[in-house]
Amino acid sequence: MNTLFGEKKAEAKKIVLTSVDQYPEAPISLGTTLSNFTGDWRTFIPVVNEDKCVKCYICWKFCPEPAIYIKPDGYVAIDYDYCKGCGICANECPTKAITMEKEEK
Amino acid sequence: MEYKPIRKVVSGNYAAAYAALHARVQVVAAYPITPQTSIIEKIAEFIANGEADIQYVPVESEHSAMAACIGASAAGARAFTATSAQGLALMHEMLHWASGARLPIVMVDVNRAMAPPWSVWDDQTDSLAQRDTGWMQFYAENNQEVYDGVLMAFKVAETVNLPAMIVESAFILSHTYDVIEMIPQELVDEFLPPRKPLYDLADFEREPFSVGSLATPADYYEFRYKIQKSMEEAKKVIKEVGREFGERFGRDYSQMIETYRTDDADFVFMGMGSLMGTVKEAVDILRQEGYKVGAAKVRWFRPFPKEELYELAKNVDGIAVLDRNYSFGMEGILFTEAKGALYNTDAKPLMKNYIVGLGGRDFTVNDVRKIAENMKAVIEKGELDVEVDWYHLKR
Ligand code: SF4
Ligand code: SF4
Repeated sequence: MNTLFGEKKAEAKKIVLTSVDQYPEAPISLGTTLSNFTGDWRTFIPVVNEDKCVKCYICWKFCPEPAIYIKPDGYVAIDYDYCKGCGICANECPTKAITMEKEEK
Repeated sequence: MEYKPIRKVVSGNYAAAYAALHARVQVVAAYPITPQTSIIEKIAEFIANGEADIQYVPVESEHSAMAACIGASAAGARAFTATSAQGLALMHEMLHWASGARLPIVMVDVNRAMAPPWSVWDDQTDSLAQRDTGWMQFYAENNQEVYDGVLMAFKVAETVNLPAMIVESAFILSHTYDVIEMIPQELVDEFLPPRKPLYDLADFEREPFSVGSLATPADYYEFRYKIQKSMEEAKKVIKEVGREFGERFGRDYSQMIETYRTDDADFVFMGMGSLMGTVKEAVDILRQEGYKVGAAKVRWFRPFPKEELYELAKNVDGIAVLDRNYSFGMEGILFTEAKGALYNTDAKPLMKNYIVGLGGRDFTVNDVRKIAENMKAVIEKGELDVEVDWYHLKR
């Protein structure tokens, strides 16, 4: 599995595309979504309850931002620099392991 | 396998449907609109008879038809649709989406005049209004070129990752039957292997990714440049694919502007689509009458064959640009493009624009003769009478 997001994310965040040749042919996530921090859009924040999580990664597939990553222990975690608080993950999680809570700022 | 063409009498629309079948398209999403309807009816018939393994998506509008093709193409499928006029206009937003996401969808547009006044007849304004959407555009002269064009378009589109539109005339081609040579399936398969997508949404082994994701001002610009670079690249690919088609099947499409008897011509008629069949016929007759004329049929309007136009223009005294379309507030669209392409060159033929055949009005050999007489006089005098001539106007 390609892990550009996941553990290597901290590195990926540093990517700044400085020449046109570094861009992908089509505008897919790489380099566009990553450089766009959507984390300050939120009112509600997703919180993962590992007791209920069955590691199905449906949340990971559905998240429209590069906000969910898989930790080395297999559970999912949320990168709040990118999470815009849309709640799709909470809605799609089959075990209701993700809840949306009002964010205290 | 030796190439033995299969001769069949088909309409332009059936030629398009057979080409889609032979290209082994996997998804067709379409909405019926006159005069395109019989393309998708024929494809539906292939599916009903078990002749084709195609996922057909009936949709409630052309906007959705293109949206469904975009989804299918992003998932890795070879997607096809067809439309006309108002339907094409309704797709406009999605056309930008397809090219921006770099999806090699192929579509047949049956050229039809825009309403009102309501009209179902031939006119190129519908497709030319989509000029800036990032779609390649091929204008077919006859039913054979509709068939060949679809097959070549898939190959070109899938090489440069841009969508392509094959344009045929309403009724003049779409509903008129003619003998065409079709290619046996095995040979089409050799010419057009299965698509290898740039990015495959259905590849579940890789990290999830979003398609067409947001680009801030820091990144948007570069993606536009990449489309332009691929359009330039497409010129090369089009010529190669056109040459390969000729070597395999005997019909050479390596010229983006097909020139006919232009070598020693004083002036040429330039235009696109079925009307150029009439022009070629007229050129033969005019040559017997002592006119040194030729025809230049612009096959690919996007990418625009600037270089080929230059080669043509530097050897003639005049170009009569025949536009079956109009850009209000300016002039015929091909005329603008051709003049613009030549401005910074040393080729300066006299160029005059004739607006012909709008809304399906007949354009005949005799019309070409009248235009030739006028053009000859203009060149002899060395100056234009009018720049844009509404040729058929009832005065
Ligand atoms: S709330 Fe939305 S953006 Fe945040 S992790 Fe869930 S799906 Fe992703
Ligand atoms: S969808 Fe729910 S159960 Fe599945 S990985 Fe995400 S949090 Fe865990």
